[in-house]
Amino acid sequence: MNKLPMNQPKPSAINTLRRQGMNHLVTVLSVLSTILVLAPLVAILVYLIYKGASSLNLAFFTHIPAPVGEPGGGMANSIVGSGVILLLASLMGIPIGIAAGIYLAEFGRGRLLANAIRFTADVLNGVPSIVMGISIYSLIVMRQKHFSALAGGVALAIMMVPTITRTTEEMLATVPHAIREAALGLGVPKWRTVLSISLRTASPGIITGCMLAFARVAGETAPLLFTALGNQFWSFKLNEPIAALPLQIYVYAISPYDEWHRLAWAGSLVLIVMIMIAVTLVRIFANRGVLKGAS
Amino acid sequence: MGVGIQVENLNAWYGNTHTLQDINLHIPANHATALIGPSGCGKSTFVRCLNRMHETNPIARATGTIRMGDLDVYKDASPVEIRRRVGMVFQRPNPFPTMSIYDNVASGLKLNGFRNRRILDETVERSLKQAALWEEVKDDLKKKSGASLSGGQQQRMCIARALAVDPEVLLMDEPASALDPVSTSKIEDLIFQLKSQYTIVIVTHNMQQAARVAENTGFFLNGKLVEFDSTHKIFTNPRDKRTEDYITGRFG
Repeated sequence: MNKLPMNQPKPSAINTLRRQGMNHLVTVLSVLSTILVLAPLVAILVYLIYKGASSLNLAFFTHIPAPVGEPGGGMANSIVGSGVILLLASLMGIPIGIAAGIYLAEFGRGRLLANAIRFTADVLNGVPSIVMGISIYSLIVMRQKHFSALAGGVALAIMMVPTITRTTEEMLATVPHAIREAALGLGVPKWRTVLSISLRTASPGIITGCMLAFARVAGETAPLLFTALGNQFWSFKLNEPIAALPLQIYVYAISPYDEWHRLAWAGSLVLIVMIMIAVTLVRIFANRGVLKGAS
Repeated sequence: MGVGIQVENLNAWYGNTHTLQDINLHIPANHATALIGPSGCGKSTFVRCLNRMHETNPIARATGTIRMGDLDVYKDASPVEIRRRVGMVFQRPNPFPTMSIYDNVASGLKLNGFRNRRILDETVERSLKQAALWEEVKDDLKKKSGASLSGGQQQRMCIARALAVDPEVLLMDEPASALDPVSTSKIEDLIFQLKSQYTIVIVTHNMQQAARVAENTGFFLNGKLVEFDSTHKIFTNPRDKRTEDYITGRFG
């Protein structure tokens, strides 16, 4: 081996310097990307608080919209309406989505039907929300001859299904095969193994998927325009038009009145905060009862 | 109490691969029987045929007759019933990660709809004592996840889980190969104690282990059972040249 001149750094030292430099560079780049991703979120939240917080008062949460020109009024009916529609959508969308995901992951491996469902779900995920609104309009609203909360719920449920189905399938696929074998080896029937072992082990990921789908449809306006329609008054009937926060924000935002613009900002703030609260509550609830050392 | 197992003309396939060819042997009740042989020789497939785990793989199939006591494994009962009578311990510890130690051990009963608290408590305690784990875990049975135990403890918990459903036969597929020497010797002690009550079939790569725990040993090679005899005979005076080559370390 040749000896290197004494006054020059050894090649390994140069490599170490270069590796450390590269390490720092990549770290800085990842931090920058994180900031870049978070910046719009923070900006939106700050701007909403700046524009909307001043219009928030008790009346906003307890009163229904006031006629034009009259001061005050609130979005109580829209908040409740959004809750009703989202509850309907979740009741329909989450069970169907999870069931379809279970079929894809546990029973349909390699079957033609499963491939067809997977393809359909991916296509459905890409359908523009306005198209979903029009489809439900012609399927339900036209047939019933009136707009309804139910139609709005169905539209949002269909939008939730593909996300939930695909996340459920992916999360079930991460459950180790050894755990399934352990259950089958104990004489546990397949259906029971799927429900009590696979699904339970995958549940944190599946809950995240459901939350993502929920948060996504909670702010949807387009599918509701043709289905739930909106309502300036209280309505608790599922077969009547119902108010919803995104719809009310939409109506107020395109109106010519400053007072209504301010209420639209306040409504947007309330919508975002309510989604955040819902997601946080589910997380806390889902994390309860997790044992020490369970990964 | 354990039952004897009579295997006649057992053949098994994965897709087009003929993994077991014309296996015939008798596994006596309440003894430990070791199966040795190089990787891929079919010994794991063989034990998976005994509790019909083999057929959970869609491309796998098997023909032949396996009798456990009076029961014809492939004719008289469903796979689910067979697996309740034939417990299995796998190569790597596979605790249910979302369950406590207690629930892991009780899972075989609970998942089959058994709910009586008092009997569940008794069964969990008995099984953990049988698996020599009770003293180490009795204080946080319901607080700690089964996955938080060390590897050796997890494997003993998995043995307790298999024993909790009160099987007649216990299949062990290289139960100590992922464990350190101390845990391994604990598992071997266990097998020694358990074989008075259960029929034990243990697959192992470790020939000393086979010699230590088993009365009978079978040598598998390329899907065939080359030789089956008392462990003493296999290791001191094998009939077949291939057995001798394997146990003396000339191949495998």
